[in-house]
Amino acid sequence: MTVYIIQRVMRMIPLLFLLSLIAFLIIQLPPGDYLTEHINALRASGRDVDEAEVERLMKQYALDRPMHVQYLTWIQNILFKGSFGQSFQWGRPVNEVIGDKMALTFLLAILTTAFVWTVSVPIGIYVSVRQYTFTDYLFTMIGFVGLAVPGFLLAMVVMYFSFAWFGLKVGGLFSPAFELEPWSIAKFQNMLTRIWVPVLILGIGGTAHIIRIMRATMLDELRKQYVTVARSKGLSEFAVLMNYPVRIAINPLISSLGFLLPWIISGGTVVEIVLNLPTAAVVLYRALLSQDMFLAGSFILLVGTLALVGSLLADIALAALDPRIRFGSVEEM
Amino acid sequence: MASEQNGAGPQEALLEIRDLKTHFALEEGTVRAVDGVDLDVRRRQVVGVVGESGCGKSMTAMSIMRLIPPPGQIVDGEIRFHRPFDDRSDASDIVDIAQFESNSRELRDIRGNQISMVFQEPMTALSPVRTVGKQITEAILLHQEVNKSEARDIAIETLARVKMPNPEQRFDDYPFQLSGGMRQRAVIAMALACRPQLLIADEPTTALDVTTEAQILDLMRELQAESDMSILYITHNLGVVAEMAEDVVVMYLGKVVERTDVDSIFYNPKHPYTRGLLNSIPRLEDVLQDKREKLNAIEGMVPSPYQRLQGCSFHPRCPDFMPGVCDEAEPQLIQLEEGHAVRCHLYT
Repeated sequence: MTVYIIQRVMRMIPLLFLLSLIAFLIIQLPPGDYLTEHINALRASGRDVDEAEVERLMKQYALDRPMHVQYLTWIQNILFKGSFGQSFQWGRPVNEVIGDKMALTFLLAILTTAFVWTVSVPIGIYVSVRQYTFTDYLFTMIGFVGLAVPGFLLAMVVMYFSFAWFGLKVGGLFSPAFELEPWSIAKFQNMLTRIWVPVLILGIGGTAHIIRIMRATMLDELRKQYVTVARSKGLSEFAVLMNYPVRIAINPLISSLGFLLPWIISGGTVVEIVLNLPTAAVVLYRALLSQDMFLAGSFILLVGTLALVGSLLADIALAALDPRIRFGSVEEM
Repeated sequence: MASEQNGAGPQEALLEIRDLKTHFALEEGTVRAVDGVDLDVRRRQVVGVVGESGCGKSMTAMSIMRLIPPPGQIVDGEIRFHRPFDDRSDASDIVDIAQFESNSRELRDIRGNQISMVFQEPMTALSPVRTVGKQITEAILLHQEVNKSEARDIAIETLARVKMPNPEQRFDDYPFQLSGGMRQRAVIAMALACRPQLLIADEPTTALDVTTEAQILDLMRELQAESDMSILYITHNLGVVAEMAEDVVVMYLGKVVERTDVDSIFYNPKHPYTRGLLNSIPRLEDVLQDKREKLNAIEGMVPSPYQRLQGCSFHPRCPDFMPGVCDEAEPQLIQLEEGHAVRCHLYT
């Protein structure tokens, strides 16, 4: 197991390097950079540009130097100073801008997954043992409706009805009173009363998905002989299900856990914009629009890193659950 | 019909199946997988059940375990099990397994405890993600009042009984770390852990190579001899029957066509189907003398399971087919002599 974990961690290093390279290339792809854009905009409006200040920024980020020097400067700052650079758009260091956005996105991702799993795993198991019954068809239908309705539409519908019927404004994560407040227990509580709306909306599509996966893998496992053997020992049906087919059918879900964060960021952006949530996805989207290169690059790097760490954790969890992975055996069973 | 079994007193009976019918109601029609089976197993007796694939032998076993896959259902008949009392004397009370609710408490008390089963495929009979030991102790913890470490001791002792090499280390192994033969030993150990009165073995050696098969057969015979256990041995292999069984039941299309002791099956078969089966085994002397080039086979195919034949279900393939008789009335199981019954119009 230790060997497996060490190997797995070692394999991450070249991946991380590649990731940083790609993140950097992506932010360099559009022609020009934020600084030039900014100067041009100022010049066009006829205002004076502080040449000295421009000079200083150019130097600091090596913008006047070749691409690989720029990359090295960027990555050195991150690795050795922990500094992701300056967000031009926000006029603040990237670290400050990203911090709580990332934390919120993370919280949202965890809550959404918790919601999706608690709802869909039991349903998936249930419909697999009741295949082709009314309940199976009912949940299949509800699931597909959930899968087919786009999240942003659902978000708008929820916003409309909660306002029309209950007079509630469900947009945003905080009540207006707490919006600009610094973090406090009261603000956190206020957030908890509102966060369930995006969790629900983001979760519905995923729920259908997980139900289908769970149902399909369970149906595969239920046909296997070890299930009958387990019954022949005299175990109760519940014990048979939990200890045998479910133990194996859950594995594909565990391995998908690593991609939670990228999924929330890429899949949830539109919903988060509609619901006006201060999450990473929305910030990334704006940063990309305005060529705020250090902010966007840092986001891509961070999200990618978290995805890699996530899949590392998922792999370790999977190895703990499935001895075949732990022992490096790929024998078909 | 049962009480006439060779001198078996009723007190020695362990399992009496009467007119068991297990049907599958499918959209294409009803499949009568088991269609009126009578079968007896006495204490400490090995009964072999033989027949082609699809003759209902496995479904008879699954009916006893009440593990028939849906939509299969026991529609009629009795499975009387003489459940011994805990004092291990010969006194028993009789329960009808066919009457239990599926997955009921009483049923689960018998399953894996007094009746257990060894399945065909040792490769898939064990869950790949749990240790061999865990899968064995599960049944022990369920049926016996022992704690975990006692259960572990029993499991290791049982593994030793089935001649598993290094039982203590194997206990913590996962199934994929064992060879096929070792896995089948583990599966047998799992079935024997609670010292059942009846062990149902459904082709336990089919998936193994011949050497391993011989070892497992030896092992099962030894285990049966040293414990007070009966075995219902299901196989399509007549050689295995000759080696293992005392009584033999031949099945065809969900019915028992012949039932007798092992010697009579081989030296005095009565039913044309039994004769056909025996005839299809190549004889060594024939081969050596170049007498025979082709294997003898029974004519024709097993009819579609949805088809209901009038008269004897074997008549389309029977070499002794009597028109007007065999395709008209269904033959009854006739007692020819002590302990030899056959279902055929030739003997009426």
